[in-house]
Amino acid sequence: MIPEIGHFALILALCLAFVQTLVPILGAQTNTVQWMAVAKPAARGQLLFIAVSYVCLTYSFISNDFSVLYVANNSNTALPLHYKISAVWGAHEGSLLLWVLMLGLWTVAVTVFSSSLPRDMVARVLGVMGFVSVGFLLFTLLTSNPFERVFPSPVEGRDLNPLLQDPGLVIHPPMLYMGYVGFSVAFAFAIAALLGGKLDSIWARWSRPWVIYAWVFLTIGITLGSWWAYHELGWGGWWFWDPVENASFMPWLVGTALVHSLAVTDKRSNLKNWTVLLAILAFSLSLLGTFLVRSGVLVSVHAFATDPARGLYILIFLAVVIGGSLSLYALRAPSIQSSGQFEIFSRETALLINNVLLLVAMLTILVGTLYPLFVSALNLPSLSVGKPYFDLVFSALTLPLVLVVGIGPFMRWKSTPVGQVIRRLLKIAVIGLVAGLVLPLMVAGKSSILVTLGATLGAWSIASAAYYLFKNLRQTGRGMHFFRRLGKIPHATWGMSIAHLGIGVFVLGVTFVSAFEQVRELPMQVGQKAELSGYVFQLDGVQDVQGPNYLSKQASVRVFKNGEPVALLLPEKRTYLVQQNPMTEAGIDSGFLRDVYVALGEQVDSQTWGMRLYYKPFVQWIWLGATLMAFGGILAALDRRYRLRLKRGKKTTVADVHERQVAAVS
Amino acid sequence: MIFTVVLVAGLGCAVALALYGMRQNIMLFHTPSEVAAGEVPGNRLFRIGGLVVAGSVIKADDGLTTDFGLTDLNQSITVRYTGLLPDLFREGQGIVAQGVLNEGGVFVAQEVLAKHDENYMPPEVAASLKEYRDSLPKSMAEYGRKAP
Repeated sequence: MIPEIGHFALILALCLAFVQTLVPILGAQTNTVQWMAVAKPAARGQLLFIAVSYVCLTYSFISNDFSVLYVANNSNTALPLHYKISAVWGAHEGSLLLWVLMLGLWTVAVTVFSSSLPRDMVARVLGVMGFVSVGFLLFTLLTSNPFERVFPSPVEGRDLNPLLQDPGLVIHPPMLYMGYVGFSVAFAFAIAALLGGKLDSIWARWSRPWVIYAWVFLTIGITLGSWWAYHELGWGGWWFWDPVENASFMPWLVGTALVHSLAVTDKRSNLKNWTVLLAILAFSLSLLGTFLVRSGVLVSVHAFATDPARGLYILIFLAVVIGGSLSLYALRAPSIQSSGQFEIFSRETALLINNVLLLVAMLTILVGTLYPLFVSALNLPSLSVGKPYFDLVFSALTLPLVLVVGIGPFMRWKSTPVGQVIRRLLKIAVIGLVAGLVLPLMVAGKSSILVTLGATLGAWSIASAAYYLFKNLRQTGRGMHFFRRLGKIPHATWGMSIAHLGIGVFVLGVTFVSAFEQVRELPMQVGQKAELSGYVFQLDGVQDVQGPNYLSKQASVRVFKNGEPVALLLPEKRTYLVQQNPMTEAGIDSGFLRDVYVALGEQVDSQTWGMRLYYKPFVQWIWLGATLMAFGGILAALDRRYRLRLKRGKKTTVADVHERQVAAVS
Repeated sequence: MIFTVVLVAGLGCAVALALYGMRQNIMLFHTPSEVAAGEVPGNRLFRIGGLVVAGSVIKADDGLTTDFGLTDLNQSITVRYTGLLPDLFREGQGIVAQGVLNEGGVFVAQEVLAKHDENYMPPEVAASLKEYRDSLPKSMAEYGRKAP
């Protein structure tokens, strides 16, 4: 009964999504106020029905209703409750449901915060988002119904994929999806502006905080995924250039470009064409990312049992969205006027270079990801493009990108006095270079040209962000108390500086861990010691541990440095009972400056186990840097510029209500 | 003007970089049959895929080196790997290995990939198996089928 209610609610949501697409857009084109007014209630109703559907599926999981095929395939009576709840998005069907739920949430958020926007703009934005929702709901109902029943129903479920039974993976997909779906808002604003033929910078100013929030979610999602891979896979790596990782990274790169180009469009009314294109591209890549993961097109760690038959629908939907929006763009682009000139030495140019570099990075990753697919489609000998390609190409592009990150903030809009900027940058460059020479020696006692380069770049970015804050501090609120002056600096400035600082931290982390990490694989007897980078690992024993739905061999490894105990690590080799999959749980002692990491391998004989030991300096800086970027994004989105507008927005609503009352009375 | 120049320069760089990266870092995939037929040059890094032959896994005394047979159900070759094997490595499992062929005809792997799904089959392996599957008994032919 409950699953049928969920199914039915999903169908009703689809009906409302159709209404939300057609009526408001037609209303906006014909200037019919009543039709435009349909958008908000339709969007809210749609969210309600999707939520009902989502709750029904969750209930089926919690109540172990294995007559629902999706539940039977992804759950088990022994699965702990929190994993039952997160198993809802553990595979294809449920993750689509989560996707539409999030789209519904973003859409309703737009209905709440858009009261100061022109009526027809809101109608069009909600209409476009409704269209995206139609696409996903149809896809879910036609090809991937999560409520499908199975007769006779199995007594026991096949359990959730053991890989997904990890706290990191519980929140990774929702964050990622919030990011993907968030770009639909920017997309909807861009399409609405194109539809209305009014591409002034209002839409840019309005979509800015939305884009930043979406970008923040995507950043957190990707960071969690990377952190999870490091903890769970036992390979000690944090990024594998796996096609699905690339699929989430490409929208991030374009989203980052969009965040920056929106600044130009908002403040200088320039690069309008480009920004619109980026908004379309960011969302198209998000769609591609969502679909690539489980459509069977790409085979990777993430692509579980898949159904290529869904590919056709996906292809058609992508063609409609991308083709449709680009045609619309081609139609309207000639009428878009970008105002304001800028010179070569200006912030516009710096942001433009940043944009082009990010886009180029995205393109090279796209080529590397899709090239093997094309080759196999053409029946040529199959090949793979692996880590070496991406490492080479991406680090080659990171170099100029981080350089520009350090320069950009010091450039002024329109034109910049060159001498002044160069004087400032020289100071930063000197700090960066000294740090680049000294830091590797402090970390590892050795260095190389590449390490020096990486460390210099990281320090350059950090020094530039710190100097920029310092400069702002000196210029604001003279004579005031220090902390009050700190508070006077706009949130946006804080946000940008912290995000750029995060890039520096990230670059330092990547540089040091890839240059100085140590790994040792060896068989270890119980009681045996092994040394790695000054740390002594001692295997004390391996015992059997029983978890709720798995059996585990758990090794206890003590780690010493200079004879002093540093950590007790408990790496595990789990065997999940239902799917009989072995799973590695690495034992990690994380520190600010280094991680020591142990993975347990196979048993060699009764007293001996294969072990993999890692020493990973600065590896936490990778996620610390990414977290700083996300935090900077949040600060920037909270800037007063946007909040003031909201307040003004509320006033308009009150005025609107008053107007309506007057109208009703008369 | 500036916009166009920067954009064109950027795209040029992208193409050049991608081509350069591709030329250096592409890896071809071969089947055990191709290797057995001598179609694969030695001393070149490539990928090989197939099923781990049942009963062929031999651990060396050092506790780390493993020899195993890899088959496409037509020919099989010996693969040697030193290090911890991935969690899902087991007999009958479809895997992909990356490495070079030595003079003795043994494939010395630098990396062994077995993906985290018992139903998973690398597409290249599935394709090469399909050729031979039809002539096989049913239990063997189940290898390489995707789960429903």
